[in-house]
Amino acid sequence: MAKFRGAIVVDNEKCKGCGLCVAACPTKVIDLHPDVNGKGYHYAYMKEPEACIGCASCAMVCPDSVISVYKINVQ
Amino acid sequence: MIDINDIVKPENLIYGKSSLLTDNIMHYCPGCTHGVVHKLVAEVIEELDIQEKTIGVSPVGCSVFAYNYIDVDWVEAAHGRAPAVATAVSRLHPEKYVFTYQGDGDLASIGCGEIMHACNRGENIVIIFINNAIYGMTGGQMAPTTLLGQVTATTPYGRDAKLNGFPLKITELIAQLDGTCYVTRQSAETPAAVRKTKNAIKKAFQNTRLNKGTSFVEVVGTCNSGWKLTPVDANNWMRENMFKKYPLGDMKDI
Repeated sequence: MAKFRGAIVVDNEKCKGCGLCVAACPTKVIDLHPDVNGKGYHYAYMKEPEACIGCASCAMVCPDSVISVYKINVQ
Repeated sequence: MIDINDIVKPENLIYGKSSLLTDNIMHYCPGCTHGVVHKLVAEVIEELDIQEKTIGVSPVGCSVFAYNYIDVDWVEAAHGRAPAVATAVSRLHPEKYVFTYQGDGDLASIGCGEIMHACNRGENIVIIFINNAIYGMTGGQMAPTTLLGQVTATTPYGRDAKLNGFPLKITELIAQLDGTCYVTRQSAETPAAVRKTKNAIKKAFQNTRLNKGTSFVEVVGTCNSGWKLTPVDANNWMRENMFKKYPLGDMKDI
């Protein structure tokens, strides 16, 4: 089992759905939501929340700074 | 089984939006490198605790509205003249941290003379140069940094060296000048590259404190709208084509 568990919170209305976080995620947690936000973008969300390790790769490459990353130690 | 609500608590926050970034939604296209570099500039200014002492000079181009997003003092310069304005600001306020934020059309084409002479004089400023090989704001025309064979709105059959000349490696030219103390080229497409770019920007601001001269940080970026690619494909295209012509790394570090 993973040492760390993480979670991200996406500001749905500010997300532009560029998908850079989807490509950057090493554990394939993130995907674009089938729904759209007020501007018509498919925003990012945690599709596989159990796999998130809180590495913050997604938040680092996010051009709009809409991702906050939380992390806890589970050992 | 751990519930998400047990993880999402203020004390577990490890990475969030910098307090220097305003709540305005950026006008940039989805996936634009400008957003990442804005964030890095904001984080560096926050970490060095110099918000009150920083003055930015914004250019003409896509990043003309940079003053809407980073909460420091700003001056808006005429097209290409940001280094000249920054020269005046830094000479009048030698205790301040002065930086310009320019794109390749602004810095390498229209402002080519200003940047050369500001760097040659060794003004105590930081230059952040975003190179995406295209004029993004006006609709994807050829820039001096456009690669040979690259299709743009004004080179529909690809850039031809006979007709349009060769791509301008302005950062290499600037590294030759004695006034510069730190000249580097970075990118911002992966988490590792973002970390390196942040360190480069931080070092540039620290050089201002040491009064060492001009620090020049080029960030090779994407313009997925201008290149007509998705953000992820644009990053791949940049890795395959841009990095060959514009290799990453420090060119000068005194």
